[in-house]
Parts: sequence; C-alpha cells; structure tokens
Amino acid sequence: MTELNAMETIVQDIIAALKDKPGALLPILHAVQDKLGYVPSESVPAIAKALNLSRAEVHGVISFYHYFRDTAPGKQTIHLCRAESCQAMGGKKLEVHVKSTLGIDYHETTADGKFSLEPVYCLGNCACSPAMQIGHEIYGRVSADNFESIITQAEDIA
Amino acid sequence: MSITIYVPCDSTAVSIGADRVAKAIYQEAQKRNITIQLIRNGSRGLYWLEPMVEVLTAEGRKAYGPVQVSDVTSLFDANFVNGGEHPLYLGLTEEIEYLKKQQRLTFARIGITDPISLEDYISHEGYQGLSNALKLSQADIVKAVTDSGLRGRGGAAFPTGIKWNTVLNTPSEQKYIICNADEGDSGTFSDRMVMESDPFVLIEGMTIAGIAVGATQGYIYLRVEYPHAHKALNAAIEKAYASGYLGDNIQGSGKTFNLEVRLGAGAYVCGEETSLMESLEGKRGLVRFKPPLPAISGLFGKPTVVNNVISLASVPIILDKGGDYYRDFGMGRSRGTLPLQLAGNLKHTGLVEVAFGMTLRELLYDFGGGSATGRPIKAVQVGGPLGSYLPESQFDTPLDYEAFAANWTVLGHGGVVAFDDTANMAELARYNMEFCAAESCGKCTPCRIGSTRGYEVMDEIIAGHALDKNIPLLRDLCNTLLNGSLCALGGMTPYPVLSALNHFPKDFGVDDQANTAV
Repeated sequence: MTELNAMETIVQDIIAALKDKPGALLPILHAVQDKLGYVPSESVPAIAKALNLSRAEVHGVISFYHYFRDTAPGKQTIHLCRAESCQAMGGKKLEVHVKSTLGIDYHETTADGKFSLEPVYCLGNCACSPAMQIGHEIYGRVSADNFESIITQAEDIA
Repeated sequence: MSITIYVPCDSTAVSIGADRVAKAIYQEAQKRNITIQLIRNGSRGLYWLEPMVEVLTAEGRKAYGPVQVSDVTSLFDANFVNGGEHPLYLGLTEEIEYLKKQQRLTFARIGITDPISLEDYISHEGYQGLSNALKLSQADIVKAVTDSGLRGRGGAAFPTGIKWNTVLNTPSEQKYIICNADEGDSGTFSDRMVMESDPFVLIEGMTIAGIAVGATQGYIYLRVEYPHAHKALNAAIEKAYASGYLGDNIQGSGKTFNLEVRLGAGAYVCGEETSLMESLEGKRGLVRFKPPLPAISGLFGKPTVVNNVISLASVPIILDKGGDYYRDFGMGRSRGTLPLQLAGNLKHTGLVEVAFGMTLRELLYDFGGGSATGRPIKAVQVGGPLGSYLPESQFDTPLDYEAFAANWTVLGHGGVVAFDDTANMAELARYNMEFCAAESCGKCTPCRIGSTRGYEVMDEIIAGHALDKNIPLLRDLCNTLLNGSLCALGGMTPYPVLSALNHFPKDFGVDDQANTAV
C-alpha cells in the first residue's frame, strides 16, 4: 500500500509540474517512465483526469508509442538495432546470439530481472554498425564476441 | 605554449570508446606532469578513424586515430602532445583527403568547436546570419532563403522559401516553428551530428525562421533514441537564453523567440510532419489528411513551419553569405550541398558534405573505399527504409533529386547503406514490409493491412511456394500501397520491395525472364 502511495505522489508531482504545457501528455508520460521505469496502469486515471481526457485516450497514447511500457522493465533495458545498416554488418547473427545468450525474445525480461530486450529501428550509429543501447549509453561495432563483456560492464554500472 | 588536445564527445565516437580514451589521456598527462587542456569537440565525421584525437600545433591541428586506450601510453612516448610521429598519426586534420575533398557549408564548424561553447560558436562565424537577419524585413529574409534554392533536406525536397512564404502570409496571432528532429530513417545520422556537435547552428536557424515568419514559439521534436543530442540541445538552449539569443527582445531587437525540446517516443511515423504535430499535441501519431497544409493550419491549428534539422541548420550560412553563395553549389534544381551519410558495409563510413552532382559510384568508392568486408558491393539503399535498392548498374546516377527520381530511386535524407554480395534481397524486402507493419499508424487500410499481408507473401516467396502466383500478388499489393496510402510510409515501402524484386529476381527464386513476364 505504501508503495502505491509513493507511486501516486510521484505521479501527482509530475502532473502538477507539467499539466499546463501545451500538448502535455507526452512530457508527462516521459517523466513518469523516467522516474518509475514504466507507466503503471494505476497512474492512467490521474493523468486522464488532469488533462481532461478519457482513460481510453491516455491508454491509446501509451500503447501507440513503442517506447512507453506499462510493465516494469528489468534492471537494464537493451535496445538492439534491427535496421538495414546493422543488418549489412551482421546484425541478424548478433540478434540470434543476443537472444540465446539472454534466453529471451524481444519485449521480454530475463528471469533474474537483470535485462529487458527491445528492438529499435536505428540509433543513428550507422557508421559503426551493429549498434545497441543500454540506458543512455550507445555501443558500436557490437559482435557476438564482445556482447557479453559489454553487458557485464553494464551490470556493474547498474 | 599550452597543450590543447581534442577528443570527440559525439555519440558514435563514444560508442567505440572515446570517453575511455579521453580519461586515459587525462590520467596519463597527470602521471607525466604535463599540463593539457582537454576539449571534447564534436566529430569530424571520419568515423572509421574514430576515436580520432587531435592536437593543436603551430602548423594547425594534427590527428591521430583510431585511438584505443591501449595506444595512449605509446602516444605520449612519441610526444604526440607536440605532434610527434606515431603509427596512428594521420597528418594535419584539414589535409586528410576525405575531409579536404568535401564542401562543408552546413557542417563548417562540426568537429572543430566545443559543441556547447557559445564563445566558440561566435568566434567561428556563429550568429552572423541572425545578425544580418535582424537588419532585414521579414519578406527579405524569406527571399534570401528562396533565392538560395534550399529544398527540404528531410527527404521531400520541398522548397523551404515557399513554405516560409506561405506561413508569413497567413495571418494569425500565433505561429510555430517546428524542427523535425525525428531522424528515424535508418542509415542516417546527419541530424544527430548537427545536434550533438553544433547545436547552436540549429538554434540560430530556428530563430531566423521564427523572425522571418512571425513565429514566437519553436519546438524541436527529437527522437528519444538520441539522448546525447537531447543533452547537448538543452545545454545550448540554456546558454542561448542566458546570453539573449533566445527569449524576449533577442539581442535588443524587440523580437521574441522561445524554444523547447520535446521528445518523441519511438514511433517512426512521427517523422511524417502531420503525425509529428499530432504527437506534439499529446495524441497518438496518426497522420492527418492534407489539405489543410501545416503552413496554413498546423500545430494546434495555427500556421506552422515544419523543417528538417539540416534545412534549418543551413539557414544561418545562407543569411550570412547570401542566397547566391549557397545557390552556386549544386546542379539542376538541386542547389547547395547535401550532407551524405555513408553507412553499412563500407570501409570508410562517415559524413560527406558535397555539392549535388557527384555520382553514387564516386561516393561509394572514392570516399567510402568500397565494402568493409572486401567483397563486391551488391546493392546500396539510398534514402532510408523507404528508399530503393540500387544495383551496380545504377551507381553512375548523379546525386541530384531529379536524377534519382528518374530512376525510381530516392535521394531522401542522404543516407547511403551498402550491402555486400552476401546480402539476400528477398530477406531485406521481407524486412521492409515487416518494418512498415511495425510502424504503420493504422489510419489507412493499404498501409495497416497491406504491410502485414506483404511480409506474409514474402514468407511464401522465400519458402518457394507458388511463385507464379505469389510474385504477381506481391506486385499487385505494392501497387495498392503505392497509390492508396495516406502518407509516404505505406506509399513508399514498395520502393525497396519492388527495386529488390526488379534488380535481384534470383534472390526471389525467379529468373530474369520469368520476372519480366509477370
């Protein structure tokens, strides 16, 4: 119960700070996800009420955008690029390796809760493909050989 | 003289170790009691040489690269701080062929300056365009942009001056400038480079646009995948406000322009301008019908200029040096320069800004150095995920909007992704359909349903099932997408798919003759 109250306080503070911006919904959802790691479904009624929207409208926005999620992610989220430039440099092989190393598919989280895996369509790192992103860090020339050492380092940072 | 060392803070350089190299250089200098000034500049865009470290010497800046942490000790041993010889020594930066052969107008400062230093920006001809613009009438600013021949660099190549003129002449108490920084096209990174390595040039361009058309509020709609650009833009915007380059009474002119960065949320379709405005308004990014044009009824129903990062970042030099100066570069109706991005399977990936008119072949081999794997280049996708694949027989096409269009290819935002002969074009065509399905906004049926049917048909074709029926079915489906979609996402997905089929039929299990027959 206290956890839910803490969440509600965080969401209310964010709403109070941002609701008067023109087109406030995306900034609010970003702020909530930055703070909590996801947009809990429990936060939707409060956001909808503050912006004079229906809950369905808010839910529609959350589900439209790939970046917003309504379930808690793992400790770290790996965004692996699937786009053409990365494919031209062995991205598909890397994709198979990443999934088998982590033992999960896209949109899933490892059993130990350490990593979530999401596809991304271009990180703008195409000059050093294949690329992936963990948190705010971008990694270039990722291969089956160096993937494990990268995620081990990322675990240490977390 | 004090020692100045440059290590890029650009995210691609950082993705392959620039932060670690900077730290190692700092620590090694301390250990050796050498006082250095370490500047985190932007990237010159010579990415195969990154992390590229530069040292300021009496003859100019000298470059070393690609530098790894393990090279740092030997660099100090070789006295690189004074430009000493070393196996990684590349000579004077400005003399590196790849850079020397370019015509950098929009990218003039990139890689040279500290991105978030306003002093550095101003001492490298920054804010001269705005200073000139403040002396001109609104119509004359628009005229300079029209005279320059600048066309939208996001891909659609619509004349920027005409768009501005429409907004200028549409009366309204509120107008907006939107920078489309949702650089979702795979294989492109020039917008990212501008925002990370020279954010002030974008801020200046938007300010000029605002003054020109009478808009007091600007938004940069930035994709969430660019956290480094987000940080750089916000830092630069804060400095611009603090120094009177944004806000009320800009440089004592009485003009107002406010600017804010808004983050997208991973939807490719939000790079389409009407979808982008829906998103800025806090809605799902559904594409709008046109008309009305955004220039007449755009964000919150007000007249709105929506321009790409490169278009807006090209405005300051046009106002600084004049529309004629810019127009004198280029060929045909493609005036000025285009920052091209070499990506994928190329030896020398990076940013190449040149005047329109060079052939794709020169770009791939003279700049790109051929494939990274050393195998023959089989196909090149130009213009992002909605651009055609070009086979070797089309490599002599000049880089010009009209020449590309005549080939049923797209120059777009200037992204160039090369594939070697191990690429399977049917697999890529399937991916293009799958991408369209994942990113479709769902408003129009051809795109929403057609893309899913598209990769299903591609699965059948890849499995070799009933090719005599499935290939014509794929063509028919592409025809529906091409002619029936509301925006370019559905409307152009057939470009990569059909170009793959037309040029590489063997990958689809059909020979040339059978392919022309269907």
